[in-house]
Amino acid sequence: MTMTRAQSQLLIKASPWLFTIGLVVFWEAVVRVFKIPTFFLPPPSLIAQAFAEFAGPIARNSWITLETTLIGFGLAVGFGLLLGLVVGWSRAIYAGLYPLMIGFNAIPKVALVPILVLWFGIGFIPAVLTAFLISFFPIVVNVATGLATIEPELEDVLKALGASKLDIMRKVGIPRTLPYFFGSLKVAITLAFVGSVISESVASNYGIGNLMLQAQAQFQVPLIFAGLVALAVEGIVMYALMAMLEKRMTRWAQRSGFGQN
Amino acid sequence: MSAFVSLRDVSHAYAGAGSALAVDGLSIDVAEGEFAAVVGPSGCGKSTLMKLATGLQFPQGGTVTVAGERVTHPVKIAGMAFQAPTLLPWRTTLDNLLLPLEIVEPYRSEMRRRKREFAARAETLLGSVGLSGQGGRFPWELSGGMQQRASLCRALIHEPKLLMLDEPFGALDAFTREELWGVIRDLHASRKITVILVTHDLREAVFLADRVFVMSARPGRVLVERHIELPRPRDLEVTFTTQFQDIVHELRAHIVKARQ
Ligand SMILES: Nc1ncnc2c1ncn2[C@@H]1O[C@H](COP(=O)(O)OP(=O)(O)OP(=O)(O)O)[C@@H](O)[C@H]1O
Ligand SMILES: [Mg+2]
Repeated sequence: MTMTRAQSQLLIKASPWLFTIGLVVFWEAVVRVFKIPTFFLPPPSLIAQAFAEFAGPIARNSWITLETTLIGFGLAVGFGLLLGLVVGWSRAIYAGLYPLMIGFNAIPKVALVPILVLWFGIGFIPAVLTAFLISFFPIVVNVATGLATIEPELEDVLKALGASKLDIMRKVGIPRTLPYFFGSLKVAITLAFVGSVISESVASNYGIGNLMLQAQAQFQVPLIFAGLVALAVEGIVMYALMAMLEKRMTRWAQRSGFGQN
Repeated sequence: MSAFVSLRDVSHAYAGAGSALAVDGLSIDVAEGEFAAVVGPSGCGKSTLMKLATGLQFPQGGTVTVAGERVTHPVKIAGMAFQAPTLLPWRTTLDNLLLPLEIVEPYRSEMRRRKREFAARAETLLGSVGLSGQGGRFPWELSGGMQQRASLCRALIHEPKLLMLDEPFGALDAFTREELWGVIRDLHASRKITVILVTHDLREAVFLADRVFVMSARPGRVLVERHIELPRPRDLEVTFTTQFQDIVHELRAHIVKARQ
């Protein structure tokens, strides 16, 4: 049986929903058929119940986590873009900073939380900073890579006009780097969630991370999973926003049809 | 009178000292207002010559002077059409044409005020190469030949005193090409600019140039310098005369020899 173009388009549109529903049904079935204890793996129906029961706290804490993440992410975007431009500006700075950044990136950020707590006390600030620290690295690397891989031909076009280095940066460097930058935002926003939740579950009285920790202490397993689902939803929504932004801002870089059909 | 563009005994290697030379012992003088054409086998260093003359590359040996000054940084009076169209893919064709005006003075400081006028000028220029109405499209929405013509317009828009054209008509059909010969010929005649044209098309070289330089195989240097005495203004009809074809044949023989 062959499909028309419209049908296959519809299938592609529907396919994420179908897969999600499939997973939920499969999960529910496995738990019931194998009689898995709910304190070990609660079925989706029970998680949904927990969602309804604790809608208030989940909403409140989701909001706090989102806020924390977005502020940390915002800092990472600003700082990452700036540092990326600086690093991409000169080979010497690039060579000097690169090993430092690699080293810094290799540090598990959860190990930094105690230090941040020592400096700022528990709560909001360490969570924002953890989100920031964990998410700025991909932005810096991508922006610097974008600048480092400018085609010499395009640079020559500007040079032949007598353009200064700043001109070249503005007219070629930055536009050429935007696809790399927007591409890195998708990775960075997801990492920012990881950072804020880590910090919340170690050193805060608020946020989804903290909510899950408390649920664990009280052995409310469905609530833990409800927290996970809330995080996943926030993550998907923010990722989708970043992907949309990327698509809108860098249309010229996405003209290849590769992977579109 | 000293030459407007002058390369003296220039040698250059891309990978630095000690590596294979792209050009060696290259000397060429082009007077102000002259139309020079450079021909030679592929890979002999013609594009390198263009980059050396505009300060995009600096020679390992010898000297390059333009307008009486030693070239130590990219020269600002040149308009250059590269062998590849090199249009910026994130700008529309029209915005690509406006790029030189955003960089070169005095246009640069007037850009804000005269943007509309400049855009109109770019449109006119596009029209003169058969691209009217295409300014709003992105370069990657244009054919190879259309991109080349747009790139030619970009080299012209800031009315440079020195025009460097590296195989600007390579991807064009014979008719469009001959049409553009006329455009370049008229431009050269009316504005008295200096033009250096690299081409593989000997008819093109003879039709347009005052002098044709034949380069040797790599490492390139000038083998033959041929004055073209055909009277100006030249009409396309001149390409069918025996005098014209004799010159073409003569140059062809030189290149055949250069390739061996
Ligand atoms: N960026 C570069 N890096 C290293 N070598 C180069 C570079 N550009 C050119 N060359 C070398 O220098 C030599 C001359 O190249 P050039 O581009 O000047 O040739 P050309 O005469 O313009 O050839 P064509 O007619 O095919 O355009 C070639 O052998 C080429 O391999
Ligand atoms: Mg070339």
